[in-house]
Amino acid sequence: MSAETLKLTAPGERAIVMTRVLDAARSMVFDTFTKPELVQRWLLGPPGWSMPVCEIDLRVGGSYRYVWRHERDGRTMGMGGVYREIVVPARLVSTEEFDEAWYPGEAIGTIVFEEKRGKTTVTQTVLYVSREARDGVLKSGVESGVSASYDRLAELLAATTSGGVK
Amino acid sequence: MQANDHLDATFAALADPTRRAILARLATGQASVAELAEPFAMSQPAISKHLKVLERAGLVSRGRDAQRRPRRLEPRPLADATRWLERYRRIWEGNYQRLDALLNEMKTKGPNPGGGR
Repeated sequence: MSAETLKLTAPGERAIVMTRVLDAARSMVFDTFTKPELVQRWLLGPPGWSMPVCEIDLRVGGSYRYVWRHERDGRTMGMGGVYREIVVPARLVSTEEFDEAWYPGEAIGTIVFEEKRGKTTVTQTVLYVSREARDGVLKSGVESGVSASYDRLAELLAATTSGGVK
Repeated sequence: MQANDHLDATFAALADPTRRAILARLATGQASVAELAEPFAMSQPAISKHLKVLERAGLVSRGRDAQRRPRRLEPRPLADATRWLERYRRIWEGNYQRLDALLNEMKTKGPNPGGGR
């Protein structure tokens, strides 16, 4: 199986954009982003975390709430927000805010699902209130020294120079 | 704290497409202001302004040649910024790999993974 890779760019001052191709129909992919029992299976972040709480009220004005728990030391981290726009199975727009405000203000997340020949491209855009907030997110949790490669840098510069995500 | 200030300056400098293009050009070798201005529909003073932002962010430095004052890329802050992005990307890549596995499972089990009501 050919492994798909995640493209990440930080265009402009306030946004983070991620694009990933998934080998499944978009109605199925949409479910994995909106049904709690499915979201809990994959949206877990770094190793060692589980998601004991996942509540989703999928309607405009409805809210969602996620709580993660670190298996070893019991730390928890929660976030939630309100759905602003729902187009099944093509588009989701919601606010997002963490319980512990590690970045200022409320961010707006937009997820677009596009299907082509049975594969679905997911584009996630998070727009923060300020450059400081966006950069704070990028700088979060950098305790492990991941070595940077110049190939990645060239790719990043190329992607952002050509006006964003390919 | 100082490292964070530098990072903010790096991301701010990278937010502009002309400055990213200048860096991409300097990644292939040092160049004078006149050489840098050439491919852009911009005056040398306009390019100099962008270079000043890049210099303040530590992304570009000036070479020894007193007449040409060639600019060159300083790789360190860019490597730092790339590391932040890479770390964040890896966390999400982990999420998406779990999602790949989940979707595969859903496909093999069919549309009714619970096995009926």
